[in-house]
Amino acid sequence: MKIISCIKPVPDPASRLVINETKTWIKDQDLTFVASEADNYALEEALRLKEKHGGEVVVISMGGEEAARVLRSGLAMGADRAIHLFDEKFKGADEFAAAEALAEAIRKDGGADLILTGVQSDDLGTGMTGVMLAEFLGIGHATVVVGVEANPDAKTLRAKRELEGGMNETVELPVPALLTIQFGINQPRYASLKGIMAAKKKEMKVLAAADLGLADHQVGRAGAMYEVKEVLIPERKSRVEILTGTPEEAAAKLVEKLRKEAKVL
Amino acid sequence: MQTELHESLRKGVRELCARFPDPYWRELDAQRAYPTAFVKTLTEAGYLAALIPEEYGGAGLHITEAAIILEEINRAGCNSGACHAQMYIMGTLLRHGNVEQKRRYLPKIANGELRLQAFGVSEPTTGSDTTQLKTMAVRKGDKYVVNGQKVWISRAEHSDLMLMIARTTPVEQVKKRSEGLSVLLVDMREAVGHGIAIRPIRTMMNHATTELFIDDLEVPVENLIGEEGKGFKYLLDGLNAERILIAAECIGDGRWFVERATRYAKERVVFGRPIGQNQGIQFPIAKAHVHVESADLMRIRAAELFDNGQPCGPEANMAKLLAADASWEAANMAVQTFGGFGFAEEYDVERKFRETRLYQVAPVSTNLILSFIAEHVLGLPRSY
Ligand SMILES: Cc1cc2nc3c(=O)[nH]c(=O)nc-3n(C[C@H](O)[C@H](O)[C@H](O)COP(=O)(O)OP(=O)(O)OC[C@H]3O[C@@H](n4cnc5c(N)ncnc54)[C@H](O)[C@@H]3O)c2cc1C
Repeated sequence: MKIISCIKPVPDPASRLVINETKTWIKDQDLTFVASEADNYALEEALRLKEKHGGEVVVISMGGEEAARVLRSGLAMGADRAIHLFDEKFKGADEFAAAEALAEAIRKDGGADLILTGVQSDDLGTGMTGVMLAEFLGIGHATVVVGVEANPDAKTLRAKRELEGGMNETVELPVPALLTIQFGINQPRYASLKGIMAAKKKEMKVLAAADLGLADHQVGRAGAMYEVKEVLIPERKSRVEILTGTPEEAAAKLVEKLRKEAKVL
Repeated sequence: MQTELHESLRKGVRELCARFPDPYWRELDAQRAYPTAFVKTLTEAGYLAALIPEEYGGAGLHITEAAIILEEINRAGCNSGACHAQMYIMGTLLRHGNVEQKRRYLPKIANGELRLQAFGVSEPTTGSDTTQLKTMAVRKGDKYVVNGQKVWISRAEHSDLMLMIARTTPVEQVKKRSEGLSVLLVDMREAVGHGIAIRPIRTMMNHATTELFIDDLEVPVENLIGEEGKGFKYLLDGLNAERILIAAECIGDGRWFVERATRYAKERVVFGRPIGQNQGIQFPIAKAHVHVESADLMRIRAAELFDNGQPCGPEANMAKLLAADASWEAANMAVQTFGGFGFAEEYDVERKFRETRLYQVAPVSTNLILSFIAEHVLGLPRSY
């Protein structure tokens, strides 16, 4: 089974984030980047499926040096090789442009039986890239997956999805398919020293926009479907009102307010 | 490329250590129990085989990388003291053992099948004056018969093999006191109960240290490491590596204290303000940070020289002194920052405080480092 696991580099959650001058993103020059957390669960799931059914795990990421870094970590965890989408032109991509570039790269790599992404990223958190990637590739997908069972002989897989209200559902999909993996599906492994040493010798293919046959208007900011107008910190509002009077009077005022102002009763 | 490797090492060790959080260590500390699960996990992940050459199944890395591994362990709140020796004691075997010994032991040390993490040097009556040690190994045919006593021999109960230094030529028969000492590899699986009795020593922190009573212990001559009589030289050969690694552990501790204290100082509100807003609290934290970081520079310098095969005695010793002082200062600062809670076991500060105190004394006492610098760097008369 060939499995491709997508990794997005995001600022280390421990970083102090500052909004940039144009107020369109954070200042990311001096930040350390790590793999988006859900992507770690996806990669762990990919590695477990490979251990069970054989095949290979390829990690793919789009971005600058920080992407190379998260790919290197993925290789240290046990992925077999990496694809790095690296081009100034990719900058400013939204989910749509990212999904299109990833789709082209995956196609160029001969496709895959299974593609995994995290359920959402730690920074934007829209959860759309995986779904759009499946659409670009014309394959089926399941989101918020909390369990995977592959049946390579029958060319199908079963995915357990998390629904609202504490329920799950199991769906069966033909492969190739794409799954977006929910947090906590497994316990991601740490890299062993052997893994780290072996990673240095593994292949990391670098692809630019031109290698993917994508025109300038299809990639990065130009290829995006939306534009961020402003990044802002929500205003902190706190209104305190002290109800006076005897306990009975105060309680009556409170009930009145809960009913009329807060409308919770 | 190098920095990328270092980053990977830090990340890998940090993630492994995250599986052994504070309560794990707190519990072991209360029972004075050995962190078997932690050491096993670290061994299986290959981190303790960092310095063993690839041909013997290790990672073939250098002191710089080994130091990063130990630093990260301590920085994560774990304790390298339980396992660092598996990393570096084999250095004596690697540098001075014969091919047969290396082939026989190193691959198994690399994969953790054999634990070589006890080094028997210290004795009750000789202390820092190593060449005065009294344990005698007398050759009888194809065996050495060893008699004597060792103290502070850490991890002896958790080792399959122990390196031991003993006198093979009586001190009256050698020109210099540093001659006539030899390094023997003792198979603890056979020796305990047959020539070695172990008595654990309970200390102020959780450190599996022991006293050894050696009584007609038989060691096959083939277990002599290197040449007979050259043991003290072999011991010195390994010291720079040990100094640098211990410095790194101290730096890991120092960073742990600074990080914990900083976080606490931001959160703890007294007199209507975070205590960290008071200069009386923030200056000691800042100062501890400055000292930890400057010690780190000396440690990096020493490791760089060591890895390039250049002399680094002064730098390695200075790194150890600066780092041990910095971690101790940071420990003291952390207790003060935490106030009463610094004394509560639940906050782990007092545990780390006890643990890092050791490095002022072992594996080498601060005074002995100062003597070394005074005599060998500054050319002052030998003081002892
Ligand atoms: C927890 C623990 C674990 C240990 N593990 C091991 C181990 O695994 N293997 C092993 O072989 N040893 C081990 N040791 C022993 C350690 O290396 C010694 O304790 C250390 O070298 C100091 O020796 P000592 O205790 O005999 O002190 P002493 O030599 O008696 O020194 C006592 C004090 O006097 C000072 N002093 C002595 N001579 C001079 C001088 N000339 N000038 C100035 N000051 C001087 C010292 O600096 C020290 O402060 C361990 C010790 C401890 C506490």
